[in-house]
Amino acid sequence: MTARTMFDKVWSAHEVVAEAVDTPAVLYVDLHLTHEVTTPQAFSMLRAAGLKVRRPDRTLATLDHSTPTRTDQVFGSTPIKLDAAAKQVRQLERNAADFGIELYGLRDARRGIVHVIGPEQGATQPGMTIVCGDSHTSTHGAFGALAFGIGSTEVGHVFATQCLLQRKPKTFAVNVGGRLPACVTAKDLVLAIIGKIGVSGGTGHVLEYRGAAINSLSMEERMTVCNMSIEAGARAGIIAPDETTFAYLSGRPRAPKGKDWDEALKLWRALPSDPGAKFDASVDIDASSLEPMITYGTNPGMVLPVGGAIPASAGNAVFDKALAYMGFRSGEAMLGKPINVVFIGSCTNGRLEDLQAAARILKGRRVAPGVQMLIVPGSQEVKRLAEAEGLADIFKAAGADWRESGCSMCLGMNGDTVAAGAYAVSTSNRNFEGRQGAGARTLLASPYTAAASAVTGRISDPREML
Amino acid sequence: MEPIKQIHSKTVVMPSTNIDTDQIIPARFLTITTKVGLGKSLFADWRFLKDGAPNPAFILNQPAAAGSRILVAGHNFGCGSSREHAPWALLDYGFRAVISTAIADIFSNNALKNGLLPVVVDETTHRWLLDHPGAEVTIDLESMRLSLPNGASVAFPIEAFARHCLLSGLDELGYLQSKLADTAAYEAAQRK
Repeated sequence: MTARTMFDKVWSAHEVVAEAVDTPAVLYVDLHLTHEVTTPQAFSMLRAAGLKVRRPDRTLATLDHSTPTRTDQVFGSTPIKLDAAAKQVRQLERNAADFGIELYGLRDARRGIVHVIGPEQGATQPGMTIVCGDSHTSTHGAFGALAFGIGSTEVGHVFATQCLLQRKPKTFAVNVGGRLPACVTAKDLVLAIIGKIGVSGGTGHVLEYRGAAINSLSMEERMTVCNMSIEAGARAGIIAPDETTFAYLSGRPRAPKGKDWDEALKLWRALPSDPGAKFDASVDIDASSLEPMITYGTNPGMVLPVGGAIPASAGNAVFDKALAYMGFRSGEAMLGKPINVVFIGSCTNGRLEDLQAAARILKGRRVAPGVQMLIVPGSQEVKRLAEAEGLADIFKAAGADWRESGCSMCLGMNGDTVAAGAYAVSTSNRNFEGRQGAGARTLLASPYTAAASAVTGRISDPREML
Repeated sequence: MEPIKQIHSKTVVMPSTNIDTDQIIPARFLTITTKVGLGKSLFADWRFLKDGAPNPAFILNQPAAAGSRILVAGHNFGCGSSREHAPWALLDYGFRAVISTAIADIFSNNALKNGLLPVVVDETTHRWLLDHPGAEVTIDLESMRLSLPNGASVAFPIEAFARHCLLSGLDELGYLQSKLADTAAYEAAQRK
């Protein structure tokens, strides 16, 4: 039998109707994650057509995108700052109740960013197909699931039929050898990968991250890598499940138990790509040679080692426009540039290990005068754990603002925004123009680099502070 | 949905590469719970100055752009977020097609579901379109060809089933619903 890729195994196990020349595959969806921003129009479609959610038991809802992060707005009596956001929150509460979907509501201890809570609750499992009306659904590929973002019309399709019409994407092996040096993180690795293959390098493909460096990553690090697959244009990212994966999932609320767990393990162990499986494309990266990375432009592919200098433009108008937006010039060093805001959080870097990394830098230090530092846990559970092990005390003592969970300043929908012209070192995933607020200038980096820069008030190399 | 056969229009050219969905429709406009009225916020941060007045330097605010239904954009148009608000905003504004050398996967899927044609062409054709803003071109969905005023006619790919639905004015949901017996059989066989 021909050697198969992991993607191929997961795909074919979910074909309700196989792809043909005239029709795409009808692909079964095991888990549909939903949130308040991309579902209202899909629920309206269901109501207009008199349809039900076919499998509410395979659907899970949370509030994250337009949700407030200020404790008094979540748990106190202060109203949500933005009326439109408040309306979206109320609408999802009503829709979830009307259609019988479980919702982790505003004050629920299980609430958080959709891509943080799925794994945390054990809902995300190897071999599954997982979709959500959010491009960073690729995060769940860290477990050996085929997980990708969809639009609101497709959200409606999944609600009504638990299936999607899909053409089979191509496969792309990202071979990462060696081992990440100290203080160089999964975030630096994925930024380096995007810098190498480009922001459209993965279009039409599912990236399979493989090799010694990937095998040695924790689950949280693997999630950071898979999360940013979409920033290379890829449909999804996927990593073979192994003992690290199984140890992470064991005992989580929605993970299989007892005999079911034993059966699941057998299936999960058969998922990794067979030796000799062919990929449509591939790239090789040596993790050992990597350094902390930071972006300097307006897409995640405009990235360099933090100690580097901004490249020459070579007469490229788009490049020049990006530098003008950022207020940078070719040849300038990144180190030492003054910054205004530091944001630690998001579905990319809002998990416990990310907060532990930030705390390692911030312990016994202070955020530089004039710098605003916002630390937003990826979920209420991450918040609870961070408080229990004293991380929150370190953040508060350093002068950082410690919040309730949500997407927050990654996209600024809830009012947590960066001012026009201000520089924000952010652990999120997109440095697009205006992403964190109209006119905001975003520099993507790891939690280490972000925390180090908060302390000095300038772009800094975290290796000098640990 | 109205059937779509052919789109004939002069073009508007936005040559920037990697125009992401945050530019097409910034996140602060995503708090709506319907699909209507997003056209007024299309490219908001490029189209309007800080005081809310139209930015005269932006292409869509120039008289030559008025009435165009075809946007010619740089490589990798629609990258970033999965927000379907991006094609909704383009359609609400009046666009019916986007032409580029590459269009991001999720954007392309979303566009097809709403009757906005994602037309991917070769670099030579794209170069010609970038160099001739305002050119009167015809996109024919039936034959999957783009005709230029210089007489050139180039083929473009489009997913077969999406094309069928667009030509017939059908909703893809109807097809998925017609397969529900298969879905139920799959669920039973897989114990799902």
